[in-house]
Amino acid sequence: MKTNSIVFGIFAIALPVVAYLLPALGLNEYYLYVSYIVLQYVVLATAWNVLGGYAGYVNFGTGAFFGVGAYAALFLMLAFQAPLTVQIAGAAITGALLGVGVGLLTLRLKGIFFSIATIAVAIVIETFILNWRFVGGAAGMQVIRPPVPLGFETYTRLLLVVMMILAVISLAVARYIQNSWLGRGLQALRDAEVAAECSGVPTLRLKLIACALSGGLMAMAGSTLPLYSSFIEPHSAFSLNYSVMALSMAVIGGMSRWWGPAIGAIVIAASQQFAVSASPEKHLLIVGLSLIIFVVVAPSGLVGSIQWLRKWLSPAASTGRQSERLGKP
Amino acid sequence: MISLDLVFEAIVFGVLVGCFYGALSLGLSISFGLLDVPHIAHAAFLVLAAYMVFLLGTYGFDPLVAGLIIILPFFIFGVLVYRLYYEAFEKRGADAGVRGIAFFFGIAFIVQVFLSMTFGLDQRTATATYIGNSFAIGEMRLPWRLIVALLVAVGATLILKLYLSNTLQGRAIRAVAQDAWALRIVGINPVLTKQWAFGLATAVAAIGGTLLIIVSPVEPSLDRIYIGRTFCVVVLAGLGSVTGALVAGIILGVIESLVLTMFGASWAPAVAYGLLLLVLGIRPQGLFGR
Repeated sequence: MKTNSIVFGIFAIALPVVAYLLPALGLNEYYLYVSYIVLQYVVLATAWNVLGGYAGYVNFGTGAFFGVGAYAALFLMLAFQAPLTVQIAGAAITGALLGVGVGLLTLRLKGIFFSIATIAVAIVIETFILNWRFVGGAAGMQVIRPPVPLGFETYTRLLLVVMMILAVISLAVARYIQNSWLGRGLQALRDAEVAAECSGVPTLRLKLIACALSGGLMAMAGSTLPLYSSFIEPHSAFSLNYSVMALSMAVIGGMSRWWGPAIGAIVIAASQQFAVSASPEKHLLIVGLSLIIFVVVAPSGLVGSIQWLRKWLSPAASTGRQSERLGKP
Repeated sequence: MISLDLVFEAIVFGVLVGCFYGALSLGLSISFGLLDVPHIAHAAFLVLAAYMVFLLGTYGFDPLVAGLIIILPFFIFGVLVYRLYYEAFEKRGADAGVRGIAFFFGIAFIVQVFLSMTFGLDQRTATATYIGNSFAIGEMRLPWRLIVALLVAVGATLILKLYLSNTLQGRAIRAVAQDAWALRIVGINPVLTKQWAFGLATAVAAIGGTLLIIVSPVEPSLDRIYIGRTFCVVVLAGLGSVTGALVAGIILGVIESLVLTMFGASWAPAVAYGLLLLVLGIRPQGLFGR
């Protein structure tokens, strides 16, 4: 476990550096764009899994948190000319507060009622933004970007590094949760909420913490949208597609491991970007079909398939993984 | 200040639109209300049915006739969907949980993408003599399409209500939600009962979809709005209450229509969701809940 943490730490530092050096390798801007989108979905799917995978609460409001993050950042930019770091922090705090709000509102709601309530929250917030003139209302708003900070040639390059850092942060959070009392508590409340409550698991507090972390991370993913696309408009910022994608990526990647949603995000988002020239709708259809196929045939997702494959290839090593599965240090 | 006439007109329209909402929610009040299936795809099925009516319309079928034609195919479609759901989830364990919801979410998404691939993103309408015309009572003009929706809604609700409370099969459907094991003891197969009931719910959704395209133009992503409205109606009515759905639909319709008149159209979509959150928070068992 200890060596694992060191390896994770090395990757956590190395990946943003790699993202910074990518343009020097002569990759053209299109690949940087693709990498940015993939990383954005890594954040969203990982954040979704904190609530959906660990706690078993299906959030259909990913788009709401993403959009709230984007608009919080836009508001800070318009009202105070806040720098990017403040925008990201502000978005994360807003998202976390919204998460706590959703958690409190849906205190006793389970299963599908929780899911419907999250769609409700998404629609209600989108309606407010649609009617809020200061941030552009329904027509949207052209964002005037300040000059690119030193050391970066374009915004794409800067935001790629930023998004890589956000992805590393969300993976670290998910990894920490899974390996700590938080993750065990959430699993307990997913499998039997009443039993968990009876054995002293503070289910309400855990649920609120999970909602706050998940919401904060999703809003962070949205916070760079105004600067990135330089045009922002409610329907695309609050799009249901973010919800569909985050859910599909987590389910297809595998919800039982912190790295599962990231795998799903990389596979699906990358294939999406390269399928755009062919037909984006066909890609969406394939995502939907794979979602159903995975849910029915391989409920543990790609993670499960990988583990199964490893076990199949080396039967001797299976005892070692057994202890890992039980979460022993 | 808004004049009294305008408020009165808003209430009359609200009642008409509300009956329409009740009709859209009938299928869901069976599939989700009685069978406890997390049927997120109900609204997508409505839109699918609306497009099928549109398709038959291009061959010259009247929307209502087309609605009758698609009932049987939708019944079979519903049976197949439930069979898949049963084999994949209910058979294996009691609670499908996250994956059951993801399953129906996936189906809804596929339907939406399929529709936009086949029919494009343009709005589609049906044509008939009762669409577009209205008849006048004094100052007010009531569109025929809403009156057609009202008649179908009331008729379908009554038939369904009688079926569920007076026939053996209908009673079995109501019983299977409460105690599947007891049903087995009296010699009725609960799985077949649920399968039949889900088929029925989908057939009723086909009627709802027919009304959908009669009342307003449809587009592939329309289901997002109607997920909220239909679930709002079913939850407000109380799970499984068929006549309650009509009352709840009217309540939603009237509130929505008043908000529309006073604050403008851009706030209307939030009404159903706001009301739903309110009901879930204050009285989760609904008005006529079991």
